[in-house]
Amino acid sequence: MDFELSDDQVALCDGIWDLCQGRFDIDTVRGLAECGGVDRQLWGELADTGVFSLVVPEEDGGVGLGWAEAGLVFEQLGRALVPGPLVGTLLAAEVVDDSVVGLIERTDGPALVEYPDVLDALLVLDGDGVWRVDAAELSVEMAQSVDPLTPVGRVAKLPQGEQVSEGTYGWANRAVFLSSALQVGLAMGARELAVAYAQERQQFGKPIGQFQAVKHKCADMYSREEVARASLYYAGCVMDATMGPGLPAEPGDYLYFHGCTIERGDALGDHEHRELVRAVSGARILAAEAADHNGKDCVQVHGGMGFTWEINAHLYLKRAWALTPCFGSLDRHAERIAEMVGANPLG
Amino acid sequence: MDIRFSAEEIAFRDELRAWLGEVLPTLGDPPDRDDWTARREWDMGWQRKLYDAGYAGINWPSEFGGRGSTPTEHLIFLEETTRMGAPYVGMNFVAQLHAGPTLILEATPEQQVRHLPAMLKGEEVWCQGFSEPNAGSDLASLSTRAIRDGDHYVVTGQKIWTSFGHVADYCELLVRTDQEAPKHRGITWLICPMDLPGIEVRPITTVAGSSEFCEVFFDEVRIPVENRVGDENDGWRVAMVTFSFERGTAFISELLGTMNQLAEMAELARSVPRNGSTAWDDDEIRREIGRLQAEYDALWALTKRVVSQAQRTGMPGPGGSVFKLYYAEVKKRMADLAHRMLERRSLVLAEGSGDEQTGGDMVASRLYVLSLSIAAGTSEIQRNIIGERILGLPKER
Repeated sequence: MDFELSDDQVALCDGIWDLCQGRFDIDTVRGLAECGGVDRQLWGELADTGVFSLVVPEEDGGVGLGWAEAGLVFEQLGRALVPGPLVGTLLAAEVVDDSVVGLIERTDGPALVEYPDVLDALLVLDGDGVWRVDAAELSVEMAQSVDPLTPVGRVAKLPQGEQVSEGTYGWANRAVFLSSALQVGLAMGARELAVAYAQERQQFGKPIGQFQAVKHKCADMYSREEVARASLYYAGCVMDATMGPGLPAEPGDYLYFHGCTIERGDALGDHEHRELVRAVSGARILAAEAADHNGKDCVQVHGGMGFTWEINAHLYLKRAWALTPCFGSLDRHAERIAEMVGANPLG
Repeated sequence: MDIRFSAEEIAFRDELRAWLGEVLPTLGDPPDRDDWTARREWDMGWQRKLYDAGYAGINWPSEFGGRGSTPTEHLIFLEETTRMGAPYVGMNFVAQLHAGPTLILEATPEQQVRHLPAMLKGEEVWCQGFSEPNAGSDLASLSTRAIRDGDHYVVTGQKIWTSFGHVADYCELLVRTDQEAPKHRGITWLICPMDLPGIEVRPITTVAGSSEFCEVFFDEVRIPVENRVGDENDGWRVAMVTFSFERGTAFISELLGTMNQLAEMAELARSVPRNGSTAWDDDEIRREIGRLQAEYDALWALTKRVVSQAQRTGMPGPGGSVFKLYYAEVKKRMADLAHRMLERRSLVLAEGSGDEQTGGDMVASRLYVLSLSIAAGTSEIQRNIIGERILGLPKER
């Protein structure tokens, strides 16, 4: 066991962070709100770097890394507040050739589609498989999004689309995992912003970070982030151990979201399957709550300025909120885990 | 980043499991909590069995009689012994995890030969004489005085929170040897035999009613100078070495035991009546059980990160403070949940080691967990450590 980043993994994180700082500085990111959240040129640079082909095998033109690495990359993207349908585009890489791809769970009634103005295609998951809907087929009425960098639009009814995968094995868990990775990054970015402000902002003749009331809030932010990060990295390792790269089309875990029992199992063995569900749902809860609480605490540490549009604190919080409702509520994830309490996946 | 155990690590685990499978059924019932003679016999007997099987001093270097295992093997050892219900380190805690490792790094060869083999064989109980009534979080302000008189230090003062002080043979004792120097620079680390004249030990009754904690009073106790570890007035540095062993692996058994308790609680929820059904059918209760499990799983993953860092660098990473801070709060929530489920049955404390049928041990746990955010550095001190040493926020003073 060596549950610490390898040198290659550290270099990967540093490389992505450097790219983000060079091409997705905060002014650029804020500017993306004006063009639907995605600039094709910048998006192409992410694609060229391999962000969306991380888990595609090398022989198929991908980077050939695992889910643990995908989690590390998405953590850095979240830290930099990079917007766009990152999760959908990565997961779509093996089934469609489109460049900007959304992902949504089919519902009977109206749906809220993220980044509707910039999509090439939307992948829709349901009990029968994965379906590609061409963006041109979508009739969208724009809504005011909670997050300026996650534009959303209403679609009265999702078109059926063209089937691109018969199975949905792994899709939901992978989407939840990548979205959780973005949130761990958000928790980190919010903590870094709060700590930097606490070091420079002076009141009563001292930096406010010298007061325990502020220092301890920052320490709690760091603790949440570290616990969520451990949970995420564990989930990434479990995914690699149970799924490996690629998207095998086996029935199983996606259906569980609709209330089927986990005993249904999968081709890789029931034990690993349960462990994966428990790890991914755990990472989701920890990451979503760390991002939410750190976003709020970042606003609080900034005082009055934290309540302004000008200060970036709100962007972390709003993105955290936008990412949480996908493929199951936190309550649903908690229930999934509760069913497994006592079934020790560790031994 | 690889969470899987290597072939060697799995071989180590399997061998340990086989041994535990043989030895545990021969142990009999654990002694009554208040029978200190029997508890000493039980804890020391287990240590001796570990010694005979080659598992004593699992993380100690082999040149000092330890097994010289890696931090990961240490983790496996704690995981397996907890999982299979082996005795806890108990009153061997200070000798195995604090004093022993400190002596290995800082003591003279004579001191090492005198104490380390005895610690490994389960022949010496050690206790810790660090905290004082007026030196808790501000430990360096301790005032137990040691005055040099020829070949002896003459020690007068009071220590508190000394676990197992009334059954210990030796005490790792911090004393002030220089009244004038800045507070961190006048402290000395001594090995104090607990049978010296002038030592009085009084058990402390805690809110949970238990009494492994003691106060220790020193009235002109003469401790030989040869019992000094490290230089005179260099004891603060030696104490920091001691503390570094406290982080990292100290809570592994505790966390795994807690996960077992959560599993028991989930079982209990399925039988406890609530609103015409069972507690398990209450969504809020079931979800809170799921959330607690998610947080314990995350803390377990964090522990593995800390251990992996220790394996690479020789020192546990900063995750230790994060773990302790976070764990205390989660465990308090679990105890609160037990009360919520048990309703009026939560009025009754279990007797003895606990009664799973009534959930009485869960009630007692609600009291015990109050100490988790206080002992071994309060949560406030942990937040200072994280804020200042990790995040680089300015010190208060």
